[in-house]
Amino acid sequence: MNSYTPTAADFEPLQEGIDAEQIHRPSVSYWQDVWRRLKKNRRASVSLYIVIGLMLFTLAGPLIWQVDPALQDLEQISQAPNTGRWALVIADDAPLPEITSRRLATPALIPEDRAPQNFRLTGSANSEGVNLAWDAVPGATGYQLFRHELEPRDADDLGLPLVRLLSTQLSYRDRLGLETRQYYYSAVAVFAEGESRNYSTIPVSVTQALLLSEARYRGLVAEDATDAEAIGSKVRLESHPLGTDYLGRDMLARLMWGARTSLFIGIIAPLLYVSIGLVYGGLAGYSGGRTDDVMMRFADFVIALPFLLFMILFKIAFGLGPGESGIGPLLLALVILSWPATARLVRGQVLQIREEAYIAAARMMGASAPYLVLRHMLPNLMGVLLVSLTFAIPTAIFIEAFLSFIGMGVVPPTPSWGSMCNDGIRTMLSHPHELMFPAMMISITVLAFNLLGDGLRDAMDARMRSDG
Amino acid sequence: MWLYIGKRLISGVITIWFIATATFAGMHMVPGDPLLNDKAVTPEIRANLERAYGLDKPVFQQYLLFLKNMSQGDFGISFTQQNRRVNDIIAEHFPVSAMLGVLALLFAAGGGILWGALTALNRDRMPDHLIMFMVIICVSVPSFVFAALGQLAILRLNNLLGVSVLPVAGWGTFSHMIVPALVLGLGTMAYLTRLMRSSMLEVADTDYIRTARAKGLTPARIFFRHQLRNAILPVVTVLGPAIAAITTGGFVVELVFAIPGLGRYFVQAVQQLDYTVIMGTTVFYGAFLVLMVIAVDIVYGFVDPRIQVSKSVG
Repeated sequence: MNSYTPTAADFEPLQEGIDAEQIHRPSVSYWQDVWRRLKKNRRASVSLYIVIGLMLFTLAGPLIWQVDPALQDLEQISQAPNTGRWALVIADDAPLPEITSRRLATPALIPEDRAPQNFRLTGSANSEGVNLAWDAVPGATGYQLFRHELEPRDADDLGLPLVRLLSTQLSYRDRLGLETRQYYYSAVAVFAEGESRNYSTIPVSVTQALLLSEARYRGLVAEDATDAEAIGSKVRLESHPLGTDYLGRDMLARLMWGARTSLFIGIIAPLLYVSIGLVYGGLAGYSGGRTDDVMMRFADFVIALPFLLFMILFKIAFGLGPGESGIGPLLLALVILSWPATARLVRGQVLQIREEAYIAAARMMGASAPYLVLRHMLPNLMGVLLVSLTFAIPTAIFIEAFLSFIGMGVVPPTPSWGSMCNDGIRTMLSHPHELMFPAMMISITVLAFNLLGDGLRDAMDARMRSDG
Repeated sequence: MWLYIGKRLISGVITIWFIATATFAGMHMVPGDPLLNDKAVTPEIRANLERAYGLDKPVFQQYLLFLKNMSQGDFGISFTQQNRRVNDIIAEHFPVSAMLGVLALLFAAGGGILWGALTALNRDRMPDHLIMFMVIICVSVPSFVFAALGQLAILRLNNLLGVSVLPVAGWGTFSHMIVPALVLGLGTMAYLTRLMRSSMLEVADTDYIRTARAKGLTPARIFFRHQLRNAILPVVTVLGPAIAAITTGGFVVELVFAIPGLGRYFVQAVQQLDYTVIMGTTVFYGAFLVLMVIAVDIVYGFVDPRIQVSKSVG
């Protein structure tokens, strides 16, 4: 411990005008104090910024990124995030180079069990088609082609069976869902006894191409350019900063519009059922006695309903006209099933507040019931309500996502984060971005609202008010 | 105690009646025709079908019949699968869901207690921050993402080792159950961890812990005999709702992992408007949950002798 030696100055009388006793923090109201402490809580304030950012993303986003979320671009299916890829313009009528063997005049040809020789690429391999050709195998009754995304390890690992051809056909054009990536094509000869175990494989890198008519339709080629000029030129396709989904729809636009659905349900539903719960619970608590008993017993029944099952049941019960998005029924079901929790909370609070001395005092001074409720009870309930509202939002977002995920929520084509996850999970292995982005949006939103709720609860806790 | 149990059971029965009524009302609001088929149906066949399912009677009689059959444990016959009783469907698919749920619950409760105790012991140190960070992640990420990631992880593991260690989907052996149960229990585990942590911290401040320390008991003895045993109590109270969360949360896991449980079957029945299966499953689940909550409350009375449930609640 430091020893302090008093000096003579310590014993001087205080000068006039020095406000030694001044309180350094200005006196603030309860809500100002809550706001100050919320800002001091770093996690909560970051969450608040994230929530504001989400609102901007939802409301202002579609104004800036004006891409139709329902527009299907079949040239760009399941593309990873990109800033506009280059495509080679090719002629519309690129003919399939037909290669057929001479009819085998002598069927007595001895079958040779071997892989098709000279398995090769004819012409360029692009997203409009991959042309393959090979030499005939004596005695083969046909050929089987495979396509794999990895190099085959053995004859059982050749990948996707593309087509089985007759022995007279020695060429094939593959157009089946081609993506711009490396493929391994394998050819196997088929004999009367079945497929041969010998195969020949070639690696093929597919490049992006666009048919001339498609390029003209999209306005990617200058109006006055002749066909000859246009063919072979490189054009830039629409950019998709977050990639596209399995129908070639822009992920960023869908995320923004999906946010509208998810946040709309996530915010409107809790607002509605917290209000209903407030009125119901307030009435029960204020009336007390038998009314309270009956009302709360009914609320207990509603709580006992198995939530998700009834959510699904009510959602389909409220019907769905053609062309509807299913948001209305979802909202209604959510409100019907969720209000009792708030009602219970409010009732407990009202029962407590009712016995407070300041209520008795106000009553003694002749306050009317509406005055008591509006001036004394409601402001004291606000804190609890606000916290339960903040926690109700992520729950509602979760439920919407969950229901849309099992196909019981928002009806496609309306985008919502949950239904986007449902679409994305099917292509999870090959195109993880389709699942990752909506899942991340849900997680970040839920996390932000949860942390904000935590912060709000701490900030409103009167016991923690003393901190500086 | 017996009076209390009796009272709880009676209110439970009333609750189940309410659930059944709400289900019946909801089901009769559903638009669509369950007897509508791809095949053309003559009016005679239709009339016969309606009679067989009791649809020709007035709604109120249907309701009474439904209540009567239900009270005898008979949920009727499926609309879409001819001659298949709903009871048989439940008997076939519920054990699968229940098995999954029990495993998930064991995992969630065990994990929650363990992690919660760990965080409380290391308060404001690295393990505490780390585990609480994981808890926040588990609460914020939807279960279907975990299910997808779990499946991906199995796939990668199998690829890496070159042999199929764990099956990616399906049902049958214990190895099928591990990952789905982990995924299913994760959310509840995070919730229980949070609860256990605050409960542990609360107990740590009590007088009897201080007394135990003053007596010179070993830290291990204080931890196991005094702190842990008291801190677990609040966890026991939320087991009822936790069971509810896990059984219904099973929908997604069953869907993603292709497990033939009741949840998946329910979703299917809703899509096909199979009236009797929907009503049967809902009432069955509702009754199951009500009984579970009652059971947990009663068990709680035995676990904590200080609490006299009969007085405080009844």
